[in-house]
Amino acid sequence: MKLNSKIPEGPLENKWRNYQVQSHLINPTNKKKLSVIVVGSGLSGAGAASTLAELGYDVKCFCYQDSARRAHSVAAQGGINAAKNYQHDGDSIYRMFYDTLKGGDFRSREANTYRLAELSAPLIDHFVQQGVPFAREYGGTLDNRSFGGVQVQRTFYARGQTGQQLMLAAYSQLYKMVRAKKVEMFPRSEMLDLVVIDGKAKGIIVRNLVTGELQRYAADAVVLATGGYSRVFRLSTLAIGCNGSAVWKAHKKGAFFGAPSFTQIHPTALPQSSEAQSKLTLMSESLRNDGRIWVPKEIGDTRLPNKIPEEERDYYLERRYPSYGNLAPRDIASRAAKERIDAGYGIGKLKNAVYLDFKHAIEKFGLKTIKDRYGNLFNMYQKITGIDAYKEPMQISPAAHFSMGGLWVDYELMTTIPGLYAVGECNFSDHGANRLGANSLLQASVDGYFILPNTINNYLATESKADHPSIDHPEFGKAEQEISEHITRILAINGTKTVDHFHRELGRVMWQECAMSRNKAGLEKAIREIKQIREAFWKEVKVTGKHNEMNPELEKALRLADFIELGILMCTDALEREESCGAHFREEFQSAEGEALRRDEKFAYVSAWEYDKGDFKLHKEALEFEFVNPSVRSYK
Amino acid sequence: MKVIFKIWRQEGPNEKGTIRDYEVDGLNEDMSFLEALDHLNELLVLKNEKVIAFEYDCREGICGQCGVFINGRAHGPHDNITTCQLHMRSFKDGDTIVVEPWRAASFPVIKDLIVDRSALDRIIEQGAFITAKTGTAPEANSILIPKETADRAMDAAACIGCGACVATCKNSSAALFTAAKINHFNSLPQGKAEEHKRVAEMMFQMEIEGFGSCTFTGACEVECPESISITNIAEMNARYVKSKLLK
Repeated sequence: MKLNSKIPEGPLENKWRNYQVQSHLINPTNKKKLSVIVVGSGLSGAGAASTLAELGYDVKCFCYQDSARRAHSVAAQGGINAAKNYQHDGDSIYRMFYDTLKGGDFRSREANTYRLAELSAPLIDHFVQQGVPFAREYGGTLDNRSFGGVQVQRTFYARGQTGQQLMLAAYSQLYKMVRAKKVEMFPRSEMLDLVVIDGKAKGIIVRNLVTGELQRYAADAVVLATGGYSRVFRLSTLAIGCNGSAVWKAHKKGAFFGAPSFTQIHPTALPQSSEAQSKLTLMSESLRNDGRIWVPKEIGDTRLPNKIPEEERDYYLERRYPSYGNLAPRDIASRAAKERIDAGYGIGKLKNAVYLDFKHAIEKFGLKTIKDRYGNLFNMYQKITGIDAYKEPMQISPAAHFSMGGLWVDYELMTTIPGLYAVGECNFSDHGANRLGANSLLQASVDGYFILPNTINNYLATESKADHPSIDHPEFGKAEQEISEHITRILAINGTKTVDHFHRELGRVMWQECAMSRNKAGLEKAIREIKQIREAFWKEVKVTGKHNEMNPELEKALRLADFIELGILMCTDALEREESCGAHFREEFQSAEGEALRRDEKFAYVSAWEYDKGDFKLHKEALEFEFVNPSVRSYK
Repeated sequence: MKVIFKIWRQEGPNEKGTIRDYEVDGLNEDMSFLEALDHLNELLVLKNEKVIAFEYDCREGICGQCGVFINGRAHGPHDNITTCQLHMRSFKDGDTIVVEPWRAASFPVIKDLIVDRSALDRIIEQGAFITAKTGTAPEANSILIPKETADRAMDAAACIGCGACVATCKNSSAALFTAAKINHFNSLPQGKAEEHKRVAEMMFQMEIEGFGSCTFTGACEVECPESISITNIAEMNARYVKSKLLK
């Protein structure tokens, strides 16, 4: 199968307009007869569901949480980027496009990335109209701040709760359409399989998480908006329920998986404190503006941090990256921390952290200034750790944070299964090998509100003449039967180990071999070990309770079974890409100074993996840079 | 660290529930309260028992999905935090910890510690939005909003919808939740066009869902993880009266 990215003709700035001019339209009467399923109710899912409903389609929206408002978009803190140039500091769509493409180390499509920047400004208009209380200047105009190493101020924010406010705006709009009876909302419902009829996505199988009942839903198109899958590492900044099952099931039904191994590891999360830990809390990266990162120069130095004199501290980011210092990009800062921790210099109870020290900043600017800047973060830190970070350094550690990888989609956000779309974090589209801060809320929203509602017509126009799918079709029966057997099989194992035991095992392997730093031998070992974990899981896991009742343990087991398989694909992808780019760092491919070595001549492509009876087949979508010249990133 | 949990177990909405005792060892003070429950659940699985059903998702205090009564207080012994932000260091070795679901007639128990809070979604459905379609927005800075107004709207909009205000209120009133949402929209110019309809319809829905009336005890603002002030309720009531007068 040849991958067709469907990039429209014309100069960069005309592509999206050209696409819209040429795509099919559907008249309002016919739209009423068409239905769309949206899985996930986060920013991209709720945005898509409400906008499709406004256009006239019948929409069914599903989420596993108790309410659509809980989706993990809610947790984004920093902000959302837009090329408004309100600060008059030289920003433009082109600059934002270039920053994003370069930030992703030139592993995304020019046309997609340009469209992201192009639609960012109208998105801010949209959210203001929906009542998002963005930060304002005294005169009433919108305020901006800078973020994530770019040189302009293009980030819009609502305190440290930007994701929450955008999420709630999307949820409000969704419920407006629920009231209008154009969206039917199904909370506490988890998609367990995709139904494909004659090669086209026509429905899903859902488990009602309250009753355990398996249910069938048919529609003319299916949209996945199911978020990131970094819980494959178990410990991550994601919500506990975040999972990769929907994209994985779609992958097994024929959707190609794009760059599955591209995962962003965030440098400033709180370290793991015990085996029982379930989650790593993110501390805003803004702390690195004033905090200095260090470890002791001596291995096993057990003195309290304040007792270690200056000359015995290694400010390793300042040492290695004198020009960027503590503000080196996320991928670089995370890798440097891992290098020190692995070499034995880690600090804290489990020797898995580094210090983030505000002593010098407090001396220089005064306690009050630091309190004004970061007071809420210091309070949060104290709440969680019990430590007063004004008096002693914070302990921080890298944590899995964002999946750049996801289902491969073309310019229309359609996967390789006709009629199946992927929007938001669950697709691979705009971020390449590394995402810039404050671009995540942007991509989720733009996909859901602006792009999909324009592109889906092009497909549905052909479907309006076809028969509408029925849940009585044999493919529905088959899919339901398979899921039912899958559940029965897991419940019947009745082994001796818990689901969390296997998740910890998987997380340990993935974190060691497929996170910040990867190598051939390690990845090969990881694949072998994950296969052993898979075998052990299916022999020894124990899940109590029944299938036909609310059963949180069964939910976890079903998600983990998919994570295990996804982990194998992630390692396979990381193994195949013999270069270092963005967040993907292969130890064999580094410069003499230990920096990433990109190999454009061989690897300027998006890997798109096809599921092939338990194995994976690689397809390549060549990345052609027509408008920019890929450069080498340097932060020395 | 060892504690004795006394936890509400209830098979389903129509079953009779009961408090059961669980002595749990092997905890440490850095564990969050929910991680202690995770730990207990793993022990239960290994003893061939059903796990305790309880709610959570983000575990960083923003999604609003977690929430239980701990020793008689919504979200545990501290003011203004969520259950997921509570850590075992707030308890002593050997403590007895009583864990119950949210108590309110409008939040029926689904299982164990999980309740149905969909009544809150239905209040939102009755007007907590601005009727404007995607694609119709004017340029963002054409709507000027003074900083003070934006900040006040944000104070109200911060609500995470956990339901602690309802659970802790002796009347099971959802007034703080409803007021926060109404004031968020009605204080902004974008929300003006529908302000009277919004306040009337959302407050009507609040009543038919069976939530009690507010008697200004102030219990809600003590537990609200976002510290949303009870003055929001007074403001909502004023808006309500105004909407009636202008009808």
